[in-house]
Amino acid sequence: MKNSKKVTYSIILAAIILAFLFFLEANKANYGMAYTVLTKGAILAVVAVSMNLVTGFTGLFSLGQAGFMAIGAYITAIFLIPTDTIQDVYYISGVSPAIINFKGFLDSTPGWIQALAPYIALIVGGLAAALLAALIGIPVLRLKSDYLAIATLGFSEIVRAIISSPQLDTITNGSYGLKKIQGFSSIIQTFVIAGVCITLMVLLIRSTYGRAFKAIREDETAAEAMGINLFKHKELSFVIGSFFSGVSGGMLAMFMRSIDTKTFSVSLTYDILLIVVIGGIGSVTGSVISALLVTVSKEWWLRFFDNPLYIGNFQVPFFRTGFRMVVFSIILLVVVLFYQRGIMGKNEFSWDKIGNNFTRFKGFIAKKASKGGSDHAK
Amino acid sequence: MTLSTLFQHILTGISLGGAYALIAIGYTMVYGILRLINFAHGDIFMMAGYFMIFSMASLPWQIAIPIVCIVTIILGVVIERVAYKPLRTAPRMSIMISAIAVSYLLQNLATYLFTALPRAYPEIPFLKKIFHIGTVSASLVTFITPVLTVLLVIALMFLINHTKVGIAIRAVSKDFETAQLMGIRINKVISIVFAIGSFLAAIGSILYFTDRMSVTPFSGTLPGLKCFVAAVLGGIGSIPGAVVGGFVIGISETLLVALGYSTFSDAFTFALLIVILLFRPTGLFGEKNIDKV
Repeated sequence: MKNSKKVTYSIILAAIILAFLFFLEANKANYGMAYTVLTKGAILAVVAVSMNLVTGFTGLFSLGQAGFMAIGAYITAIFLIPTDTIQDVYYISGVSPAIINFKGFLDSTPGWIQALAPYIALIVGGLAAALLAALIGIPVLRLKSDYLAIATLGFSEIVRAIISSPQLDTITNGSYGLKKIQGFSSIIQTFVIAGVCITLMVLLIRSTYGRAFKAIREDETAAEAMGINLFKHKELSFVIGSFFSGVSGGMLAMFMRSIDTKTFSVSLTYDILLIVVIGGIGSVTGSVISALLVTVSKEWWLRFFDNPLYIGNFQVPFFRTGFRMVVFSIILLVVVLFYQRGIMGKNEFSWDKIGNNFTRFKGFIAKKASKGGSDHAK
Repeated sequence: MTLSTLFQHILTGISLGGAYALIAIGYTMVYGILRLINFAHGDIFMMAGYFMIFSMASLPWQIAIPIVCIVTIILGVVIERVAYKPLRTAPRMSIMISAIAVSYLLQNLATYLFTALPRAYPEIPFLKKIFHIGTVSASLVTFITPVLTVLLVIALMFLINHTKVGIAIRAVSKDFETAQLMGIRINKVISIVFAIGSFLAAIGSILYFTDRMSVTPFSGTLPGLKCFVAAVLGGIGSIPGAVVGGFVIGISETLLVALGYSTFSDAFTFALLIVILLFRPTGLFGEKNIDKV
């Protein structure tokens, strides 16, 4: 397929998605469920791709996503709680003077900076997560596969414990969490931020650094022998992955409008891992498709599993609260056991492949038709 | 803190540590043989808690406890057969993800079957009897736990070191393929290891939950992770190491809570893990492992 044709197709696809989002934005009231679910899906797509960058492309099995998301979320939340309601949010233990001063400083900045506040908040949240990742990466990345997994998991629990500790009550509001966070202005904003984040990660994966990551994933010793600085590249992948986890944590805070430490427990990391595995470990498009698909089915299409279902007078057994999650975990287990490639395996979406499939399909139809014709001639 | 309160806390810590030690053995044995962090082990422990609630509802404890042990063993072995056996030759990450998926399934299944609300754990009357020694008072379970733990570990060490099954287990954990060539039936040995691990988790769950009084679908996650840390602390693959690790973590956690740092007690465990992994990755009793190309 020619490059110009591919560009045209991509533009058409982007235009269709954008038109669909504008349609959703205009008819928010009628399509509330789709609106919420797609927003959440886009946010989870960012963190899924970031986990894929670390786990799927660099081969570092890291389970610390929830911790980095928590850091991003809390920093974004402190940025975005309106100054006049901040006392209500911290009504239990009072606000730390540092936050008051900071909010005062933020309010004194020119209007255009305040308009950009959500973006600045997300970036600062991401940077904080990245900084912490850089610090803990120095010792932790020396560990091998499963030890790394448990150490990062432990780290994310430490972050959670520190955030909810009473000593930080005036900053993080302890176990009560933060509320009244300013949300997204529209679904388009969410998708644009998510799109930019994912594009940046794709560019990284396609660069020489990305090729080095893949070499490390395939064989560390061989990669080292080829002159790849193992630690430098692992650290880079880990830090950048954590940056985007932090950003998506901030986006989650803006989406949920109120956060507490329970949101960022180990099970959040497991949910993201589930998305990555179903999408295909090592495929960005797989992660994106699976993030949207998993969120939409979990929160919307499979909801009926949770309610009693009657066919005539007969009540279908098993259908009650919680059944949805059981079905979901069974699907995950089946994917892990029998279909380890996931939706996309290590492949990416490309127009060439679709084109090839289409030509093959056309050829198949033509063959059928000609066969039918020859039968008729007899 | 006076001497008697300190003694009281240490006693509680030893009791908690005993339960941790029993769970940690399950982790350490499975890791020794399959090189797998069995993320589902904490949830097997949680399920054993629920089994106890339901069997105690209609049976006296003398019958209920053996039933709970048997059902838990079946659960553990079935999990191994269904979720881990098909992935023997798969990369290590796949089998670990499978373990996480099983843990996810067990938690959701427990939420579905028993709801997320805490369920009261049945009391075994004689375990709850209060003893007084001077100013220190504790229930019988506090004294029984460490004694039972030590007895079970001695029995287990005898099994590992002096029986044919034990030789097979040691052979498989030393070298999977060679053991297979020597005519050891690997799958049988692995099932036995899971059975032992689940049995100890069931006993540990009875001792642990008798002190805690309630079970929720998520009450296995944190103890599970902590016991894995205990196993790493003692040196993964080493049974006495796991026991020592369990006691160290149990006592230090109780003391931290007593000093008023209860929110940091979990964080402390994981900080300990990271420090051990950095300075002594093989733990206190672990063997040195050198990666060869």
